Amino acid sequence: MTAAHDVLFDAPGPRARRRHAVMTVVGVVLMVAGIWVVLRRMADANQLEAYQWKGFVTEPVWWTSYLLPGLWGTIKAAALSVVFAGIFGVVFGMGRLSHVPAIRWVCGVVVEFFRAVPVLMMMLFLYFGYFATSGVVSPSTAPLVSVVIALTLYNGSVIAELVRSGVHGLPKGQSEAGLSIGLTPGQTLRSIQLPQALTAMLPALVGQLVVVLKDSALGYVITYPELLSAAKTLGSAYSNTLPAYIVAALLFIVLNYLLTRLAGYVEGWLKRRGTGGGRIVTEAPAQGEAEAATT
Amino acid sequence: MGDILRDYDILGAFWVTIQLAALSAIGSLLIGTVMAIFRVSPVRTLRLIGAGYVNIVRNTPLTVLMVMSILGFSIILGLQISSDQARDSYWWAVIMLSVYHAAFVCEALRSGVNTIPLGQAEAARSIGLTFAQSLREVLLPQAFRGAIAPLGSTLIALVKNTTVAAVILGTSATPEAAGMLAQITENEGGSLGVFMIFAIGFVILTLPVGVGATSLSRRLAVKR
Repeated sequence: MTAAHDVLFDAPGPRARRRHAVMTVVGVVLMVAGIWVVLRRMADANQLEAYQWKGFVTEPVWWTSYLLPGLWGTIKAAALSVVFAGIFGVVFGMGRLSHVPAIRWVCGVVVEFFRAVPVLMMMLFLYFGYFATSGVVSPSTAPLVSVVIALTLYNGSVIAELVRSGVHGLPKGQSEAGLSIGLTPGQTLRSIQLPQALTAMLPALVGQLVVVLKDSALGYVITYPELLSAAKTLGSAYSNTLPAYIVAALLFIVLNYLLTRLAGYVEGWLKRRGTGGGRIVTEAPAQGEAEAATT
Repeated sequence: MGDILRDYDILGAFWVTIQLAALSAIGSLLIGTVMAIFRVSPVRTLRLIGAGYVNIVRNTPLTVLMVMSILGFSIILGLQISSDQARDSYWWAVIMLSVYHAAFVCEALRSGVNTIPLGQAEAARSIGLTFAQSLREVLLPQAFRGAIAPLGSTLIALVKNTTVAAVILGTSATPEAAGMLAQITENEGGSLGVFMIFAIGFVILTLPVGVGATSLSRRLAVKR
């Protein structure tokens, strides 16, 4: 980033430095004023009382009975969804690359459909329309099943697109080499293209974990006991609604920030490693879209 | 099925969805552009504010923002936009959708700035333009044209994410599409036909955006 900045503007002279100092002061003042207004309003609404905040440190039960089970619910749903979405994505991604037109076509329609339909709508329909009433699964697991299926269908479709663009991003020589040593197109895809594409996709896959983790909060709507619902319960139990939400949001932010850093680290590792993957990762549009399409 | 189409105002629900998407698209474009300018500005504090905004907002689930806005800001802090509860939720939904997607708009614009060859910025500086001038005359116009594809993806995500407003609009007087679907499903039982109507509605809403963004990004791409 610093390199880009060096080009966008000159090294500041005395006047520019003065101007920058003024803008710095204005920026800081505005930010502090904003924070102060928020804090004042919170104080006026009795949301800054010590008893509402101290418990996060002094009362282990706030964590053991509320936040940690909620966090576990969130992580459980996200982890299950990622595993299933990975399988779904590889299967349908390979389907879209099949040399049989019918398979390619069907997989294309499925992937495009689930990418276009909002996750929340799938979740609402699966839960209220089917699992909550049909008795196929027990009432206590119905929300989890609905959350996981909805997240799997959406994120699996995104991963299928990643697989496809990853394989398309490989140098043509790879598949030609496979075919010329007598492998069938299917064998070439499975044993030559796919392993390379999957390695190249690794950072985007970890990035997708952030999407899944955030989307699992939608389970709140269908009474799945995840972090946001836990914060709500905690908030009404100890009359610290806003502090509970803020702490829950912070937990989400820290978790997702760590995952984003991990994705960056994996990307750097692949580049340093140098072989295969590194240069294919550049399917920026696919990754950008995956990132944009989050809730 | 015919009864359901007659008894429920499905088109009205999609109209609310379109309103939410259009208003939030404008809001997120404004906030996102300001944050993108902050992120490339020569003032370090402004860069930090921009980066902080993006990292915090992008990593918070939209659902959390929605719930916090109505239960936290509106009810507890008393920051009511309208005394009518449905209107209040509606405008908070617009604000939170704007705030959330602004982070992605900001990143899209920054990727647009990165597509500009260094020579452009150097040329702007060498003819004596100030940073603000070179931003206005040289960098931002090219950044927007280079960022159309990711901006299109963000708009598609925004259209789909309007459904999260169901968390606070729910089954109020003005439900959007997902709230309407929940209402019908709860009252009439699940029907795949009804779900397909809503699903296809979203395909119809998002497909032109994707096609349009692709063709625009090709047509408006800066020839280099």
